[in-house]
Amino acid sequence: MTRVPLLSVENLTVQFRGDSGWVTAIEDVSFEIGAGENLGIVGESGSGKSVSALSILRLHGRANTRYASGAIRFGGRDLLSMSERELRKVRGGDIAMIFQDPMSSLNPVLTIAEQIIEPLQLHQGLSSAAARRRAIELLEMVRIADAGRRIDEYPHRLSGGMRQRVMIAIAIACQPKLLIADEPTTALDVTIQGQILELLRDLQREIGMSVVLITHDLGVIAEFAQRVLVMYAGRVIEQAPVAALFNRPMHPYTDGLIDAVPKLDGDLHRLTTIPGSIPDLATVIPGCRFNPRCREAMDVCRRNAPALLPVGPDHLSRCPPRAAARGAA
Amino acid sequence: MLRIVVIRLIQAIPVLLLIAVMAFILMHLIPGDPAVVIAGADAGPAAVERIRHELGLDRPILEQLLSWLVNLGTGDFGRSLVLNQTVLSAVGERLPVTMSLAMLSLAITLPVGVFLGILAAYFRGSWIDAAVMTLALVGVSVPAFWIGILSVILFSVTLGWFPSAGYAPLLANGPGAWLSSLIQPAFILSLFQIGFLARMTRSGMLDVLDQDFIRTARAKGVSEWRTVGRHAFRNALVGVVTVAGIILSLLIGGSVVIEQVFALPGIGRLVVQAILARDYPLIQGTMLLFGFAFVVINICVDLIYLWVDPRVRYD
Amino acid sequence: MTDLALGSNRPLELAERRRFLALRKLAAHRSFKIGLLIVSVLVLAAFIGPWLTGIDPTSMRIRNKFKPPSDQFLMGTDNYGRDVLTRVLYGGQLSLGIGFFVALLSGIAGTIVGVVAGHFRALDAYLMRVMDALLAFPAILVAIGIGAALGPQATSIVVALAVAYVPRTARVVRASTLVIREMEYIEAARVSGASNLRIIVKHILPNCLGPLTVQLTFVFAYAILAEAALSFLGIGPPPPAPSWGNIIAEGRDHAVEAWWIMLFPGIAISLAALGMNLLGDGLRDVLDPRLKIES
Repeated sequence: MTRVPLLSVENLTVQFRGDSGWVTAIEDVSFEIGAGENLGIVGESGSGKSVSALSILRLHGRANTRYASGAIRFGGRDLLSMSERELRKVRGGDIAMIFQDPMSSLNPVLTIAEQIIEPLQLHQGLSSAAARRRAIELLEMVRIADAGRRIDEYPHRLSGGMRQRVMIAIAIACQPKLLIADEPTTALDVTIQGQILELLRDLQREIGMSVVLITHDLGVIAEFAQRVLVMYAGRVIEQAPVAALFNRPMHPYTDGLIDAVPKLDGDLHRLTTIPGSIPDLATVIPGCRFNPRCREAMDVCRRNAPALLPVGPDHLSRCPPRAAARGAA
Repeated sequence: MLRIVVIRLIQAIPVLLLIAVMAFILMHLIPGDPAVVIAGADAGPAAVERIRHELGLDRPILEQLLSWLVNLGTGDFGRSLVLNQTVLSAVGERLPVTMSLAMLSLAITLPVGVFLGILAAYFRGSWIDAAVMTLALVGVSVPAFWIGILSVILFSVTLGWFPSAGYAPLLANGPGAWLSSLIQPAFILSLFQIGFLARMTRSGMLDVLDQDFIRTARAKGVSEWRTVGRHAFRNALVGVVTVAGIILSLLIGGSVVIEQVFALPGIGRLVVQAILARDYPLIQGTMLLFGFAFVVINICVDLIYLWVDPRVRYD
Repeated sequence: MTDLALGSNRPLELAERRRFLALRKLAAHRSFKIGLLIVSVLVLAAFIGPWLTGIDPTSMRIRNKFKPPSDQFLMGTDNYGRDVLTRVLYGGQLSLGIGFFVALLSGIAGTIVGVVAGHFRALDAYLMRVMDALLAFPAILVAIGIGAALGPQATSIVVALAVAYVPRTARVVRASTLVIREMEYIEAARVSGASNLRIIVKHILPNCLGPLTVQLTFVFAYAILAEAALSFLGIGPPPPAPSWGNIIAEGRDHAVEAWWIMLFPGIAISLAALGMNLLGDGLRDVLDPRLKIES
């Protein structure tokens, strides 16, 4: 890639304080995202995808988190070494974020207006009247009917889907260059999920922002992302353009994820699931972290920690046996 | 708003009635005979009997209760047996003292307690947190009147900073004298509630600081100060209001003993004197007043909820 | 059927396991240990101490009056020349005893009211209304009223304070009862024909015990403080037999020239209440994990 990425995460390792010392939550995570690009990050819960997303804006609790190594470059600066004060200008300004649970992500005792106006005044210095006009526009942009009246209501009067729209309105208030969406549709009804994704896509076109979409749902990824990062147990295990990932998955774990997506075409074949579950952060697994659940595990997988290797154009995988098979083919 | 107040007051009537009856029964349990007290030690049995008849104490208890309740309905709280004034005027005379004391203590307790509680929650596990929790523990472990006496010895007798006893009415003596007569007892009363309020504020804030919307505020670029003070505290306020109501009741209760230490002529002192003198009408009247204050405080707390928490609706 | 047999065994085993775990947690709880240490030392001092010093707490030697703390009189002497240390030690018997019996009595009465209100729903509204009305007065006023009614004796103080704190214990017991009576195994017991009494004794009471114990340690602390306040107001246990409260009350008149008379019993009261509060905090953390606002 020759273009200068909008954001690049380089060898990021993040640790949390546990009952007995520091526990590594994500290790050596690297990815980049270009201007206007959509990146999907996929994995089961506990894979480290949300940890990675929250790390970009350093939103983990300060006392119990250590950004042990790496850098997060954005506009030529490292977000990890910025002062809190500088970082606050980025948060909600150039980089905005929406979260999984819209029911609990809005402040229950502040009106919608107060919550949308806040970033407008902080980052753009708008007067209250101007901020209010802009807030109504934003609510209209996220397709909330009767925005002029809704704006003075409290969150508990809105449905889940409406609240997520409000969250999106808050996030795009200052026309960010990057929107990080952490499982934005997980807590919503299926019909609403589609609407929210569509809204995100439309807004992205209007504003020209990049989106990092975090999800456990490969179906959502297929619809939305251009490139995909697959995470497992705190590591990136595969990275590829979306078509390549679905057509030629290069990691057994990705196979499993794809098989677990219900398909409407084809026969009524059984939904397969990946046996076992993601290991606890503190558990030490020698070799490849996926090997206890992997059907194709070999001796080498139990001995050596695999590296992330190129297996095709813009395609990386952390499964040496697959990479070797591909090289041989 | 007004409708809610009226409804609450009407709902409170049975409780107040019950309080009135209990006050009455409680006081008639006292075996001493007020007629003997009033007549004096060397009065003959005839004199005692005459006084007893004048006071209506020779009538059956149920009849006394009923006539007391009927009179209450017309706003007549009766006459004090000892003080030679009506219960209402005795109470009215002393109410400003207790109200001044309670309000001044509340004015000290609320900001200090809330601020300390927020600090303790935000700097959880730090020395500030430990200090607040210790203060809370001391507040429920040390006798207030004892600290009061020690404080008088230190600040009034030895250092001479404050008057050791007595009350200077606001209107007659001006705000300076008024404040200096109250600041020491008010501060001591507060000392015992600040820790409690801080502890409650702390636990409320700890719950809120873990919530998703705090992360949302940070993600918007809101400063820590504003995140804690506006986004978090506005949510913790609901709990703080409840505790503030409890604290006001505790302050009124605590004033009973503190007024005695500082010789403040308030309701607390009045009620203790009344109980010791077997002054039935005065005891019943003041007890009713305490009960009424409790009911009013609860209504105020409910009303403040409406204002603080948009999710609360009384219909 | 094997399932059923297992089901009937399980609650017992669970209860035993829980008790064991609770004990282990308590043994590791710092404030519980500190509280236990303070309370044990005070109890030992009050009940064994006087026997060691061998001085009569009421024996007066006017020649020795108002002696400040020294080698001979560690806590000085009072206006009658009595040894303050001895009086504080003896006073502990009365003050701690009052605290204990207040907790016991209000625990028993509160349990009866709470269980009846919680279990027999028809009576709930009436009983709790009375409790609310009682709560409307500052506890100290209720105690003053009843204390004055019953006359100046230690036992009347116990009764007065116990009545004053019954609404608080009753509320705790009622709350636990309400939770437990909705449990499925209570329904099962009722269906299988268990009497109300049996359900209360076998199921409800054991489950109220945790929160009740926590509440009673706090009542113990309140009672020690209230005894002192009542003595100060002139309604406490009468002299010359010492209690921590009446030593302070007597010492108050000489507080300026002989500060030690009221200083030391005050420290003893504070330590005792502190110890009980620490014990209570520890018990609450272990037995009653629901953190809630206590009035």
